[in-house]
Amino acid sequence: MGKGRLWTRSLLACALSLLAVALTGCAIGNSPQSVNRPAGDHMGKIWDLFVPIFWLSVVIFALVTAILLFALWRFRQRPGEDRHPEQLHGNTRLEIAWTMAPAVILAIIAVPTLSLIFDLDREPGPEALTVRAIGHQWWWEFQYPELNVVTANELHIVVDRPVRIELHSVDVIHSFWVPRLAGKRDVIPGWNNVLTFTPHEVGVFPGQCAEFCGIQHANMKFTVVVQTQEEFDAWVRQQQQPAAEVPADPLAAQGRELFLTPANACIGCHAVAGTEAKGKVGPDLTHVGSRGIIAGGMLENSPENLARWLRNPQAVKPGNKMVLPRQLTDQEIEALVAYLMSLK
Amino acid sequence: MVESALKLERARYERSALVEWLTTVDHKKIGILYFWTSIVFLLIAGFLALLIRTQLIVPGNTFLGPETYNQVFTMHGTMMVFFVGMPLNAAFFNFFVPLMIGARDVAFPRLNAFSYWAFLLGSLLMLSGFLFGAAPDGGWFGYANLTSSRLYSPGLNIDFWVMGLQVLGVASLASALNFFVTIVNMRAPGMSLMRMPVFVWMTLITAILILLAFPSLTVGLFMIMFDRYFGTNFFNPAAGGDPVIWQHLFWIFGHPEVYILILPPMGMISEILPTFSRKPLFGYTFVVFAGMGIAFLSFGVWAHHMFAVGMGPVPNAVFATTTMLIAIPTGVKIFNWLGTLWGGSIRMTTALLFAAAFISMFTIGGISGVMHASVPIDYWQTDSYFVVAHFHYVLFGGLVFAVLAATYYWFPKMFGRMLDERLGKLHFVLTLIGFNLTFFPMHFLGIDGMPRRIYTYSAGMGWDVWNLVISIGGYLTALSFLVFLYNVVRAFQRPADAPADPWDGRTLEWAIPSPPPAYNFDVVPVVRGRDAFWIEKYGAEQVVGPTAEPHGPASGGSPQRSHNPNPGQHAGHGQGAPSGHGGQAHIHLPPPSWFPLATAIGLTLMGTGMVMHASDTLGSLGFPVVGLGIAVVVVSLLGWTFEPIHEQAHA
Repeated sequence: MGKGRLWTRSLLACALSLLAVALTGCAIGNSPQSVNRPAGDHMGKIWDLFVPIFWLSVVIFALVTAILLFALWRFRQRPGEDRHPEQLHGNTRLEIAWTMAPAVILAIIAVPTLSLIFDLDREPGPEALTVRAIGHQWWWEFQYPELNVVTANELHIVVDRPVRIELHSVDVIHSFWVPRLAGKRDVIPGWNNVLTFTPHEVGVFPGQCAEFCGIQHANMKFTVVVQTQEEFDAWVRQQQQPAAEVPADPLAAQGRELFLTPANACIGCHAVAGTEAKGKVGPDLTHVGSRGIIAGGMLENSPENLARWLRNPQAVKPGNKMVLPRQLTDQEIEALVAYLMSLK
Repeated sequence: MVESALKLERARYERSALVEWLTTVDHKKIGILYFWTSIVFLLIAGFLALLIRTQLIVPGNTFLGPETYNQVFTMHGTMMVFFVGMPLNAAFFNFFVPLMIGARDVAFPRLNAFSYWAFLLGSLLMLSGFLFGAAPDGGWFGYANLTSSRLYSPGLNIDFWVMGLQVLGVASLASALNFFVTIVNMRAPGMSLMRMPVFVWMTLITAILILLAFPSLTVGLFMIMFDRYFGTNFFNPAAGGDPVIWQHLFWIFGHPEVYILILPPMGMISEILPTFSRKPLFGYTFVVFAGMGIAFLSFGVWAHHMFAVGMGPVPNAVFATTTMLIAIPTGVKIFNWLGTLWGGSIRMTTALLFAAAFISMFTIGGISGVMHASVPIDYWQTDSYFVVAHFHYVLFGGLVFAVLAATYYWFPKMFGRMLDERLGKLHFVLTLIGFNLTFFPMHFLGIDGMPRRIYTYSAGMGWDVWNLVISIGGYLTALSFLVFLYNVVRAFQRPADAPADPWDGRTLEWAIPSPPPAYNFDVVPVVRGRDAFWIEKYGAEQVVGPTAEPHGPASGGSPQRSHNPNPGQHAGHGQGAPSGHGGQAHIHLPPPSWFPLATAIGLTLMGTGMVMHASDTLGSLGFPVVGLGIAVVVVSLLGWTFEPIHEQAHA
């Protein structure tokens, strides 16, 4: 290998890595799930622990690679050279030194790690909001036991107020993850896991299941809406209302009829408070019209998407658990959409 | 004596080539079978990776549906671990461990053949799921209760997975026992433990790891099988079971498995760097003991795969500490490899380039491993693309780079042909760029909160740029493998004229022709120190390794060709024959046998019957086929037991 080519190659490598760094600057951290912009204390502390460890790692890698490249260059066999280097077998002092060096570095990492493990596990104070998050294949149910509110795929919590999320699963193992707010905690059938964190930013934060849970694991998403206490209270008051009365819109009223007809099987799985729909298998639909997403976060909640879903849920989200007893007509779908969207 | 061996060779050629390969018990032939089989599986699993990358190249892609995608990523992972990583290592164990310790074969040649056939047939059993549209789809980690309950995985997919893995597990255990006994019992005189090449050491440690770790997987798989077939409730929370028990059983196997995969490559690196630096391995003793330290610690860290399970802060803190400890022996190895290069006379061969790149790439994987050991950081990184980046730096940047280095290094010895160095360097450059382009941006996706094992993502997530880059990197990596294959094909078009010692090697395999004769060594060598062949070539400035001579004389006489005064040492080899060069003895080679293949067929039939039992159409045939499999196994084992092993003793 010629010396010139070696240099060209290294220059090329430098140029490429500069390009990579430039790209990196503009293409990392722009996702609504980017953890480098924490919006809660849990993820904030994790990120603060990560950053120094990251720079330490960069130094170690650079050191190892620099020594490697230097050794390869400095001790390369020159053309025509037939050198037998000294048959050196080791150096005990050096060995001990480089056994100690990683030990010291690890000790430096271990101290903040161990203290943060216990810190993140601390019970919140009595002012914490308690939510029960229940994993279903492939959507999330959120219950507020103290407030008598049940919703799906959209979790509302209060800014700067700790939230205590009790995690349950009705089927297989899931994992609850809102990247910008907190680390993961698995949702295991038969276990009572708890995740506690305090959001510090008002906004809407997407999250999704992080443990492979079957065919639609990719579409087991949800959003966390962080609100001020006043907004949250207003939301709770609205969610506490039953939806007993027949809507004024005749189309929606027709949809209500369709929905409540047992032969159509809707009420076998879904509940609407104040009606005889008391199914517990699928999402509670009492206030489905007020939600931003449906179908486990796969679709935005719009009349068009809802109609698409009702036309053929298996085509939209293959393998999901919603099975229609028969194909609905366009007119029926229109009526059902009107009814469901009226459930604000 | 050599004549009798030649006669034996000739006798073997009279068989048809097919029969020869089906019945061979020669460790070198079995090594070659392992090698090509795992290369083919590597291509299949790599193709699956390209399918994954094609599906994820743009958001909302519909190239693969969720059902297919889940099968594809499950089989990619399962195959790369069990059909590619372990058997590629096994290929080199088989071919080179006996050569490096100066033996004529492994301790149990027929068991060795059985291991290969069980590996091949078990792999084919699992792969056949694709033919029925029911390839395994529960992830390579197969978490219960998703996999253990027919409610959540009704198809045959998981049945193929469980039965295939059980057969593979038997193959791995048999092979591990074989290599353990081989290394302990079959070393040439003078080859004390602390004179063994580091690759042999790592093989020994790996064998011990397999023996201790695989039973845990076997037990877990049996529990899944019983839950699925016979209505037990080990993992059913509704009946008081607990799905997390599977995670413990799996990772008690699964973490040592990581070292089962990576310790042999560390051994390969420890052979290649000294050869091409013309220096002994720096700090041999430290490297060996670091390997043992890693192996020991690997059984105390399994729960670091489970930090997010919610075991509580105390277990998490304990497992974080033990996990960090593993970084110490690993760091020691890396520094020793650098120390080996330092001051050497380094020849920039393809093998050396891959080995040197291993050091750097493996360091990245090792460092991100330390990040995961920090529990709070793991709460974020686990099950995100950050972890995907991490273990590909360990398994591709580590295992694959080392195995490619070993392939360029040992190919002449295995096949008598040199691989082309210019093509090799092109292969290296393409692989290095393609690999980094594929896996480095996965760290960025981890920071951007992309979870693993999702078949699609929406455009608003901001993950499209890096997924595109990663997919391009994936295609480039595939291209680099085509260059490698072309190189291999070219090598076979040329005459087999590789010299016995093309690299100025240091260990015993270079003392014999390329490829070696069936009996390996005319005369069993006597080992005078570490780097035994180097000492014979250049003389030892100072013989290295323990000076005590438990196995034979190290000094006096002409050492390399001296009599072995202690033939009893080789009792395990049958007949004590290798002692002879006086003409009175012949070289005893174990005769070929059909029974290993037959036993493996019976074992696989048992697994096949269990899968059939779960099917709708062939359910009633299931248990009869299992019975047939048991009968085949019993009959074959009886035949095996009573088969004369001295068939050609009169030759």
